[in-house]
Amino acid sequence: MSSLYALFLAPFVEFDFMRRALVGSFVLALSAGPMGVFLVLRRMSLVGDAMAHAILPGAAIGYLIAGLSLGAMTIGGLIAGCLVALLAGLVTRHTQLREDASLASFYIISLALGVTLVSLKGSNIDLLHVLFGSVLALDDATLVLLAAISSLTLLVLAIIYRPLVLECVDPGFLRTVSPLGAPVHLIFLCLVVINLISGFHAMGTLLAVGVLMLPAISARFWCHGIAAMMGIACALGILASALGLIASYHLGLASGPTIILVAGVLYIFSLLLGSNGGLVWRLRPVKHLEG
Amino acid sequence: MRQLCFALCFALALNCQSSFAQTQVSEQRVKIVATFSILADFVRQIGGDHVEVIDLVGPNGDAHVYQTKPLDVRHLREAKLVVINGLGLEGWVERLIAASGVKPRLVIASQGANLIPLKGSTSPGNAKGRFDPHAWQDIANARLYVSAISAALIEADPGSRPLYETRSKAYLDQLTGLEAEVLAAIASIPVERRRVITTHDAFGYFAKAYGLAFIAPQGVSTDAEANAQDVSRIIRQIKAEKIPAVFLENISDDRLIGRIAKESGAKIGGKVFSDALSEAKGPAGTYIDMMRNNIREFTAALVP
Repeated sequence: MSSLYALFLAPFVEFDFMRRALVGSFVLALSAGPMGVFLVLRRMSLVGDAMAHAILPGAAIGYLIAGLSLGAMTIGGLIAGCLVALLAGLVTRHTQLREDASLASFYIISLALGVTLVSLKGSNIDLLHVLFGSVLALDDATLVLLAAISSLTLLVLAIIYRPLVLECVDPGFLRTVSPLGAPVHLIFLCLVVINLISGFHAMGTLLAVGVLMLPAISARFWCHGIAAMMGIACALGILASALGLIASYHLGLASGPTIILVAGVLYIFSLLLGSNGGLVWRLRPVKHLEG
Repeated sequence: MRQLCFALCFALALNCQSSFAQTQVSEQRVKIVATFSILADFVRQIGGDHVEVIDLVGPNGDAHVYQTKPLDVRHLREAKLVVINGLGLEGWVERLIAASGVKPRLVIASQGANLIPLKGSTSPGNAKGRFDPHAWQDIANARLYVSAISAALIEADPGSRPLYETRSKAYLDQLTGLEAEVLAAIASIPVERRRVITTHDAFGYFAKAYGLAFIAPQGVSTDAEANAQDVSRIIRQIKAEKIPAVFLENISDDRLIGRIAKESGAKIGGKVFSDALSEAKGPAGTYIDMMRNNIREFTAALVP
């Protein structure tokens, strides 16, 4: 019993920074779960990665203007990310380019612009390294920002839920019954951007995408319904955060990557044993329906 | 007629050029290359306006890991003297010189300094890596650096011997004054508070000369990503040893340092400079300013 306490609770009881890390990653997992589920359903699993690259330059410009300030870097990332999302969305809707192609072109432009601007400064500082926080260094302002982003995301998702689901399963039908398709899509992309920023602050690196995608993809192996998938994605995200932090504490592993790795282990586990299409169940000979 | 005109013009141009070259020579300053900003400052103090100093690694740059540029080779070729620290600090400079094919006059500034062995250095045989290279952090050593550089300058440019001699003597006196300042400042810190936690590994000489203990946080590598175990160890260590201040500049995230300080109750020290000067207008534009800045930051954090 006492060893269980030392393993799972003592780190959080003894250290404030561990409690903050736990709260921060829980808050992130709450909104990242549903966002990830929609990204999976819309076959946009890789869009998160592209958007993450689009955000970095904005944050870098914010850093160049105002130094290491939470606000400037967040706003910079927000502007760059939303700009890329909006431009890519508009180009997709109005030209023959598919979404992946237009997104790829705009995020590459954004990234190149950012790297060029940063190199103008000619500093020895490794920008990508200092740009974003670490899950171990969540101060009050960052925690409030994470909570605000999470709440806003869930609220907006609740508001646009019906058209968003329709747009996922049958965009053609949605277009015939409502003009909301395009705006809902753009709002959704902006939500992706703010959740990635949130993930950057918590995870520190481009691994932020992992928090968004891994639990949602794993959830696909456990259930059918969208609502259930969201719930399971949240739960898996929270589980990965807690286990990852504990592993990082006891084994001395870098915290952000460890959390994502635990999420990855949960994914492999789901892939093999998931009750909905896990590989192991497929190996077992299935009885044919008789008579 | 046209030919005559052409010849005249040509002669004029030639004349112009040669007179221009002459004025350039008379005004030309002695070009000296130093590997990094602190050595460059020493050369500047000794040579004044008579020398033109190029520092290969500029202010705020890290001399340990430097990417050489083609321009550096040109500087090496044109330099009358190349000043390096030695002791393995700038391993790249020897490769650069070998690759450039030029054989510049070289002075190893640390040659006469009182060295301390590198902590935990067990690799036998490698003479270059056995001593801590950051010897200038002890002002007594800085004086030896200045003497060595001054002697080399006189050898390389004997015509300006009096200038180098008077200027280096004046500078050595300034350094002696600086040493007194540092000792007085340390004396103002109570003995039991003369301890800081720092990831800077370049203060070994400062610690030995002035009796300030620099405690390395356990198991923190400078630029790897932070992990929960390291952070918790530092916090425990600060609490257990009642260390008054942390100077954890190398941990890349300010917020992490803030978190550590808040949780352990230690003060966060300001910016100290160890192996590179700041920009000329910054708080540590010269060696003397750097030492003053550091001692000011240490006393600000440690005097109760």
